Amino acid sequence: MVRKTTAAKPKSATSGSAGATASQARSNTSKDELLKYYRDMLLIRRFEEKAGQLYGMGQIGGFCHLYIGQEAVVVGLEAAAEEGDKRITSYRDHGHMLACGMEARGVMAELTGREGGYSRGKGGSMHMFSREKHFYGGHGIVAAQVPLGAGLAFADKYLGNGRVTFTYFGDGAANQGQVYETYNMAELWDLPVVFVIENNQYAMGMSVKRSTKSTTFFGRGEAFGIPGEQVDGMDVLAVKAAGEKAVAHCRAGKGPYILEVMTYRYRGHSMSDPAKYRTREEVQKMRDERDPIENVRTMLLDGKHASEDDLKAIDKEIKDIVNDSAKFAAESPEPALSELWTDIYADA
Amino acid sequence: MATEILMPALSPTMEEGTLAKWLKKEGDTVKSGDIIAEIETDKATMEFEAVDEGILGKILIAEGTEGVKVNTPIAVMVEEGESADSVAAPAAAAAAPVSTESESTPATVAAQAAPSPAMPRDVSPDWPEGTKMKTMTVREALREAMDEEMARDETVFLMGEEVGEYQGAYKISQGLLDKYGTKRVVDTPISEIGFAGIGTGAALGGLRPIVEFMTFNFAMQGMDHIINSAAKTLYMSGGQMGCPIVFRGPNGAAARVGAQHSQDYAAWYAQVPGLKVVMPYCAADVKGLMKTAIRDPNPVIFLENEILYGRSFEVPDLEDFTIPFGKARIARAGKDVTIVSFGIGMTHALEAAEKLAAEGIDAEVIDLRTLRPMDTATVIESVKKTNRCVTVEEGWPVASIGSYISSVLMQEAFDYLDAPVINCTGKDVPMPYAANLEKLALTTAAEVMDAVKKVTYK
Repeated sequence: MVRKTTAAKPKSATSGSAGATASQARSNTSKDELLKYYRDMLLIRRFEEKAGQLYGMGQIGGFCHLYIGQEAVVVGLEAAAEEGDKRITSYRDHGHMLACGMEARGVMAELTGREGGYSRGKGGSMHMFSREKHFYGGHGIVAAQVPLGAGLAFADKYLGNGRVTFTYFGDGAANQGQVYETYNMAELWDLPVVFVIENNQYAMGMSVKRSTKSTTFFGRGEAFGIPGEQVDGMDVLAVKAAGEKAVAHCRAGKGPYILEVMTYRYRGHSMSDPAKYRTREEVQKMRDERDPIENVRTMLLDGKHASEDDLKAIDKEIKDIVNDSAKFAAESPEPALSELWTDIYADA
Repeated sequence: MATEILMPALSPTMEEGTLAKWLKKEGDTVKSGDIIAEIETDKATMEFEAVDEGILGKILIAEGTEGVKVNTPIAVMVEEGESADSVAAPAAAAAAPVSTESESTPATVAAQAAPSPAMPRDVSPDWPEGTKMKTMTVREALREAMDEEMARDETVFLMGEEVGEYQGAYKISQGLLDKYGTKRVVDTPISEIGFAGIGTGAALGGLRPIVEFMTFNFAMQGMDHIINSAAKTLYMSGGQMGCPIVFRGPNGAAARVGAQHSQDYAAWYAQVPGLKVVMPYCAADVKGLMKTAIRDPNPVIFLENEILYGRSFEVPDLEDFTIPFGKARIARAGKDVTIVSFGIGMTHALEAAEKLAAEGIDAEVIDLRTLRPMDTATVIESVKKTNRCVTVEEGWPVASIGSYISSVLMQEAFDYLDAPVINCTGKDVPMPYAANLEKLALTTAAEVMDAVKKVTYK
């Protein structure tokens, strides 16, 4: 399955390849930055593992889509964002929230449907938001976040505030018609939006090869005049470098930019997915050879930026945050019954 | 420290399952992510991954066991050099989420779900007595309302198909492009789901969009954003993400445009919590309610009517005239029967009332004006006086506005009713093209008169 490992071979529709920028970025990346990426990615992974465990114990209900394997995408792009930039994504959203600085406690308590959750228990895994962190959800309808993200960018352009919106969606969503209506208007109106296609190779159980004839999703922007490129989504530095380029394009008033980030989801589509559409070996190979966290760990150790003990200390620190969030999520009370009737309308 | 591995829930509905197979045996080292067992749910066989690292100390449930309840301990993980026997009898399953209130309380809350939440009735006049009036068409009233609100608030903008250079497919936005420019009067391509979503996103991002659908028939393409993105986000975000947006355009049958372009969506939208729904009849209501809609911090569906656009009415000549939502208008006072309508249905209701007056039946006609929130209090008050009710609307009969009003009256005014409520509606068919059939498909003043005579036993 050569297609499924193209994460290593990014393509570009524009001048210069993301690979070159990535290696440049590698040498320019400081110890502190690397440690931050390591910490942020590890937090997502450990948080998601815990969420999976709590789901298994029946403490989290409904749908629960884990981000394990895709951590470098959101951590790399957050490294390219500035304060005030917005982000919006699909239902696989826990990682995006943690990466933009939302509290693990609030996210986990939303998963358990408690008062301490970001939506006070009324949203759940797929529907969380934070005005403060400029996180606009958490959307359960595949691709609905794409025009919504362009709309956020429309508002920013209208208000002239120089902000950029990161609009994340998957390879599955990339086959929805509204994506292309949005591309057209975003380019027509020069909206400052980075369309991030997280190509994790599977739309639920359907591989890209089975769903899509022309499999380079970023290339579809060409029909609308939107530049884009493919990026190795298992390499946080490559993602960051591509993100910076995209953001610069948007902030310069040149309109939208497409990043197709080649990544891989280790777990099933949701908790109830037996994942029979791919082999165990395929997943294991990706984990062994391309793991984004292991990549940074190796960089830290090889570059003598950190010792095994330093990393163990970080692991412990992350484990404590996650355990604390699980404890908070178990102890936070269920929402008051009166909450059923609040937040339906804002006061006129 | 030894930890128990519990039977996992592997789907939203799973309560028990079969432990099909152990893939690790006692004494095996287990890493996070290793598959340790296969578990059969009612839907599929799932691989069960280890979360923690350690040694599989003891298997508590043998493979092949059926009906293993979720959260039953199935194995014990130990650390190097530790004995599984240190874990005595399996502890009770992990605590279920704690309920903060007793089991019996939800019933009292559920009771609130009954229709007709009591709203304080606003019976004040819409404008002060003696106000100077001016004559204008519904079209002019719409434009004037948007113009005034755009002048008042920089964040208000209009977007839609042909709203700018073409000056509006129905000339509602005529002149607005010249006055406000392309930044605030935005011509969109024919992409309803796209611009419904972009408009909604712009509202979440701090603007106050007015999204014009050339007709509401095309809004079905953007329905997901109206319902799932605009109406529900405030609730799903625990009150964080308000969405101040107006979706407006002509709704219902025009004339001879066939089934796909002739549908009244009033009942569809009125069903959705999170939306406010307005369907005015006369120019004064159009103006006052549109200004309120643009200022409202919630998504508002504003259902206009092509046939009414050119009709003239008296409108108060006030600098800033608004009408609150949830306030019905008694268009004609009477004592024998209550006729409830809204939008173009009012033409049939008023015509019928005039003709009935000539026959000695004194009808009270109520224009609901807003369907959500709905001023059912005014309807109930009227029915307590007249003891009879007929509803009039253009939409289909099943799950209609009329059937909702009937249900409210049964629950709130049953003892006052002297006859069953009759709903005059469009016929239960797609709209035909042929002139005679189209006429037959719509409700008429004659049908309203017949219904009134039935409920008054005349």
